[in-house]
Amino acid sequence: MSKGDVMRTRTLILNILIFLLPSIILVSIFLIYPIFYTIYLSFIDIDGSPVGFENFRKTLFRSDVLDFKRIRGFPSVSPPYGALVHNVIWIAIHLPITTFLGLILAVLLRNVKGASIIKAIIFMGMIIPLVVSGIIIHFTFEKDTGIVNVFLGFLGIEPKSWLMYPETALYTLALSSVWIWTGFSMVVYSAGLEAIPKELYEAAEIDGTGPIQKFFYITLPLLKPVTITVVTMTILWELKIFDFVFSSTRGGPGGATNVLALQIYFDYFFTIPSRPDLACSLASILTLITLAVACIALKPVIKIAVRRYAV
Amino acid sequence: MRIRRLKLLLVKILTHVIAWIIAFAWILPFMGIFMASIRPMEEIIAGWWRFDSFHVTLSNFIEAWHHPSVPMSRGIINSLIVTIPSSIIPLIVGALAAYGFSRFSFPLKEMLFLTIVTFMALPPQAIGIPLFILMNQLGLVDTYVGLVLFHSANGLPWIILFLRNYFETVPKELEDAARVDGASEIQIFLGIILPVIKPALYSILALQFTWVWSDFFYALILIYTPDNLLASQRIPLMKGEYHIPWGTLCAASIIMISVPAILYAFLQKYFIRGIVGGVIKG
Repeated sequence: MSKGDVMRTRTLILNILIFLLPSIILVSIFLIYPIFYTIYLSFIDIDGSPVGFENFRKTLFRSDVLDFKRIRGFPSVSPPYGALVHNVIWIAIHLPITTFLGLILAVLLRNVKGASIIKAIIFMGMIIPLVVSGIIIHFTFEKDTGIVNVFLGFLGIEPKSWLMYPETALYTLALSSVWIWTGFSMVVYSAGLEAIPKELYEAAEIDGTGPIQKFFYITLPLLKPVTITVVTMTILWELKIFDFVFSSTRGGPGGATNVLALQIYFDYFFTIPSRPDLACSLASILTLITLAVACIALKPVIKIAVRRYAV
Repeated sequence: MRIRRLKLLLVKILTHVIAWIIAFAWILPFMGIFMASIRPMEEIIAGWWRFDSFHVTLSNFIEAWHHPSVPMSRGIINSLIVTIPSSIIPLIVGALAAYGFSRFSFPLKEMLFLTIVTFMALPPQAIGIPLFILMNQLGLVDTYVGLVLFHSANGLPWIILFLRNYFETVPKELEDAARVDGASEIQIFLGIILPVIKPALYSILALQFTWVWSDFFYALILIYTPDNLLASQRIPLMKGEYHIPWGTLCAASIIMISVPAILYAFLQKYFIRGIVGGVIKG
């Protein structure tokens, strides 16, 4: 190695230290260390002795997380079915509606006057704190104060406090969270639509293709990568939902709106005595599910990273 | 030809009607809490959409601002004390790291990058418990220093991902010229890069500020002295167990929303660019 090479290597190391070290330190202490500690805690019991996968069995097979008796009675037996099932129900209701609505809005708003105002209104849901969203939704679905009851009245449905009954609370929350998240799918789809070259549509028009055919044969296939992004990000959001439930129902009535994130919090910070074993093993399960979903979202990033690495 | 034109016109009208109905439905809940925040309790219970008796009052806001147990006045100040440094620190630290990832090459770089970025997806509850234990050991529970340090770390993954993508679009000619002239990387970063990436920095500031401002979970587990509670923690506490004081609660909600809403009014395009840039370009 020549003297110049040594100098260059030294500068490079110095630069890496200046530019990257602060981030590496912060992330290591406050993100990487805790996640491994969570995993560690899920394999020991409260006294600190290793118990293998025992905690995972205990945390999953309890009525707060999976209530098999009630699940078997679905749908005539009302929630609670257990937090894990509630997250799944949440995804089943919220994901298709919010994705589809975002797509429809993105397409419609391209030809609407005042589209930017409408977009700004719908995107508001993404800006306001979820704690406040919980309060707003509670207010809007309450018997006396909720305007939803006025519209349901037109359909002949009696006014009621929709979040007070186990039969309706979970479905109401999942459905109303569409109001919060549609702004996300809308703006992401809008950006995706803008990226489609106009020539494609012009060429199709010359061939006499109608607007509906254009949507199904050009727009939809070209939006597939955008859809994958929207779907994965939405599932990630649905899996970690916490503040919204906390401020609207606190998981009630009778655990009917309990979700995984809430259960983890209650297990450690609320139950007396605190149960780090149950909380951390449940947190590890949630992490595992999240990472599996995230791999799909991060696929393009991983691909770029691998390509750069190979070169 | 005339029928075709008529059909097009009909479609156009229909599109407008549907779009504006959806927008109207979306704004109704906001109108609801706004009306509730400026009207007395009897009128809220009777339905905020009814105007046969209509009185405007500021008492709900006064009640929320000077709440006997959880005043929003203190909450807003506390939240600002936490949110401002929690937005600026990760912006600086993250910009440095993104530059490093984008301009230097060294072994295991991509692995390190991926490790950091993966943390974007993790649910807060996955790290909450050890975080509490760690802060306890460091003596940082119930202090803003602990919360700010954590939020700074927590913001880094997405900031680094977002800015690294952005850096790839910045042409390298200027930097290379400066490098030939013997400028150090730090000089290049401060003098050439920072001015060019200003729009991206606005996006980051806007989103990071909004997210930290909205945070509830980390505040909930790390801050518990009543005087120190952040604004987001105070709102559920105002709810009460059986009787819900909707007027106060809605006024407090409006106060809480107003800060990010003002930011959003001025920086709307940066918000949307930030959200889209963070997920799409990757």
